Amino acid sequence: MADILTSELYSADSSQAPLLVLPDVTIMPAAPAARVSLRCRETGLALAAKAFGTPIPQTPLTAETAANRAAFWLGPDEWMLVAPESQLAAILSDLETHLDAVPHSVVDISHRQDAVLVSGPRAGWLLNTGVPIDLHESAFAVGTVTRTLFHKTPIMLWRTGPDSFVVEAWGSFMDYVTGLLVQSAEELKAA
Amino acid sequence: MLLIQCPYCGVERPELEFSCRGEAHIARPADPSATTDEQWAEYLYLRTNPKGVIAERWRHIHGCGRFFNALRDTVSDKFLMVYKAGEPKPDPAQFSKEAGR
Repeated sequence: MADILTSELYSADSSQAPLLVLPDVTIMPAAPAARVSLRCRETGLALAAKAFGTPIPQTPLTAETAANRAAFWLGPDEWMLVAPESQLAAILSDLETHLDAVPHSVVDISHRQDAVLVSGPRAGWLLNTGVPIDLHESAFAVGTVTRTLFHKTPIMLWRTGPDSFVVEAWGSFMDYVTGLLVQSAEELKAA
Repeated sequence: MLLIQCPYCGVERPELEFSCRGEAHIARPADPSATTDEQWAEYLYLRTNPKGVIAERWRHIHGCGRFFNALRDTVSDKFLMVYKAGEPKPDPAQFSKEAGR
């Protein structure tokens, strides 16, 4: 299932060259997507789910997905919704219509963040050169999503498969993230 | 690395993801204009700074972003308990005993 989701929402950007291709790990820039920051209280969740087309996750560190949709739990009252780029305007107006009666905030953050796809048997190892949390599958299961740090920059990390991750970082921090990842991967070549 | 439990995420995370925001349970005076300068200065600046168990505000700034409270032993730097913002302050004396002080 994770593979399907990745290919639908987070696909490698064919107009950009891969950042790293090694037998054990690859880093691909992801194609642009529509990203929406949703903040509201419990009263708005059912309405938002109806507007967006997928339940809004209430279990910490989880994501809910449907065809062309993903909703990520980022905090007790904060979510990020991801959908194909072309549907942004429709999603924003749907959310605004449905949530009209409850206090909420819906903000388009599509261009604030970029994503890269890190995959391969050593993907977790490579990310752990900068991510301080335990990425073993027993501690960070497939489907887990969290905000954390990569060295000094905040990132959002989503595990889409045992060996595949989506890393989201702010646009101006992306070169820092990918640069350090590519540099750390040099160690794999030496081994 | 020091691991801290976040009561909102329900997981232990490295200290790097958190920021400490000082002593907890300090209420802003309801009517600031009725307080004396001394009372206001006390509210703004004076903290207990104990050697032992203290209730502190922490923020999971690089995670869920939420503020929560924690009981920490300032001698051992050990977190004795975390609880959500708005929940009543546990009795530090009870934890002092457990911490051996």
